[in-house]
Amino acid sequence: MSLKNITYTDKKDTRSGFGQGIYEAGLANPNVVTLCADLIGSLKLEKFIEAFPDRFIQAGIAEANMIGVAAGLSIAGKIAVPTTFANFGTSRVYDQIRQSVAYSDKNVKIACSHAGLTLGEDGATHQVLEDIGMMKMLPGMTVVVPADYNQTRLATKAVVEWHGPCYLRFGRPVWPIFTPSEDATFQIGKAQYLSEGTDVTIIACGHMVWQAVEAGKQLEEEGFSVELINMHTIKPLDTEAILKSVAKTGCVVTAEEHQYNGGLGESVARVLATHAPAPQEFVAVNDTFGESGTPDQLLEKYGLSPKDIVAAAKKVISRKK
Amino acid sequence: MADIQELERIASQVRRDIVRMVGKVKSGHPGGSLGCTDFLVALYFDIMKHDASFNMDGNGEDMFFLSNGHISPVFYSVLARSGYFDAKELATFRFLNTRLQGHPTTHEGLPGVRIASGSLGQGISVASGVALAKKMNKDDRWVFVLTGDGELQEGQNWEAIMFAAHNKIDNLILTVDYNNAQIDGSVDQVLTLGDLKAKFLAFGWQTVEMNGNNMQEVVAGINQAKTLSKNGQPVVILMKTEMGYGVDYMMGTHKWHGSAPNAEQVENALSQLEETLGDY
Repeated sequence: MSLKNITYTDKKDTRSGFGQGIYEAGLANPNVVTLCADLIGSLKLEKFIEAFPDRFIQAGIAEANMIGVAAGLSIAGKIAVPTTFANFGTSRVYDQIRQSVAYSDKNVKIACSHAGLTLGEDGATHQVLEDIGMMKMLPGMTVVVPADYNQTRLATKAVVEWHGPCYLRFGRPVWPIFTPSEDATFQIGKAQYLSEGTDVTIIACGHMVWQAVEAGKQLEEEGFSVELINMHTIKPLDTEAILKSVAKTGCVVTAEEHQYNGGLGESVARVLATHAPAPQEFVAVNDTFGESGTPDQLLEKYGLSPKDIVAAAKKVISRKK
Repeated sequence: MADIQELERIASQVRRDIVRMVGKVKSGHPGGSLGCTDFLVALYFDIMKHDASFNMDGNGEDMFFLSNGHISPVFYSVLARSGYFDAKELATFRFLNTRLQGHPTTHEGLPGVRIASGSLGQGISVASGVALAKKMNKDDRWVFVLTGDGELQEGQNWEAIMFAAHNKIDNLILTVDYNNAQIDGSVDQVLTLGDLKAKFLAFGWQTVEMNGNNMQEVVAGINQAKTLSKNGQPVVILMKTEMGYGVDYMMGTHKWHGSAPNAEQVENALSQLEETLGDY
């Protein structure tokens, strides 16, 4: 299984995958209720609202209340899906999520777009890079970060049917679609293998999976054998996949559109440190805020481009004993 | 028709429970608990249709939410005395491995509790969500929520107050424990709420005022709120209470907001409260 066969013919935004997925979830399950904090268009909720106007709640620019209302809806048997930008759906309302959703074990699916640097020109106020860490730290919280339009659609439907508090993170920019539109093997908590290899394991999530595909292709051209894992579920983490792969390759690069503090990379590092220590390199944002720019410019400037993954892979391979 | 005397007898026992619970573990919040005792007793023993066998979704039942979770002693006592769990369990309040955590939670599976509260300001939002779901489910019962007055300093409340009016959540009855006391002093000193009634009216709510420490008035006030409800607007009861009501030395001060009485003070308090249902 090589990366050179992984290509794309179309690009779409992952948030549109959410819009389609939540519409289908609403069709399949009459208990699905969505909420939004004045960002219907950005979250691509139009189709759901048109089909199920009585199952949509406009919360206004009042995210704290939206989280509480969602928790209340879930008490009475609804599957509540509050939606907004990732910054406002996590860091702004962390205590509301902690007490009313996570600690109270409510069936609330916090679905957030515009995560990370790739939201672009709006700049650092909106570019949350700490949300994966905040959400994964909450006991009982499931954290899913799908890689492209197709996977976001599938993940949305899976999250809705998965019991308990969930955080679903996706983004704004159009992005290559390279995972299958239907995938019976997609499962929350189960890593997706994009290639098998023996020299280095690359574990990525979200938009960084495509960056890793491009990096992996280049590494393969240079003769390296790359095992690429799309870790779309940060929690519960597929530790078995990590250990199995690193046992074979002996080293790992993690790649995420997030601070290295608290992100996917640290979760992987904990697994390795406690089971089978191995060299690891982190491709992530280095303890800084973002800024305005295009998604590609920002990924380049903040060290999240394919060439950064290539460099990290070469470095980590050289660190193997 | 409510039997006021019977409700008062229950309230006396609940107040004894509160004092004994916080006294035994030497921590907890007796003041607000004692002040809100009459209200919770009226709800659980007269006003609400509810099932002590406890279903989380409360379908077909009236539901109560405690936003000011620190007055957990009164909540736990009323739940136990209305059959949600054995009153003997009240003795475990705040001790390690208890289901009766310092602040209410669903985490240990205590029957009667539907959401964690303690971090203030979240209850009106939660109750609004439940009330909306009841409407979606064609369930015609009511949702009650209690907040402190100091708690209304939290901004989320005002998001929820706006939201409930905008969405015509008229099966929601909010009660504010209007005792003008919080940890650091009187609410007016710490951060005044101004004209609270005018604020609610301006936000599109209907208001009821009542004395929360007179059982007859409490029952009448809640019933008045129910009469006003289901008319396109949410209803708030501004409930004047006295923190520490029923124990003379705890009244007229905010000192007993979050402090427990010592053994001697417990005895003094119990001598003022008739044992009516049997101590746990």
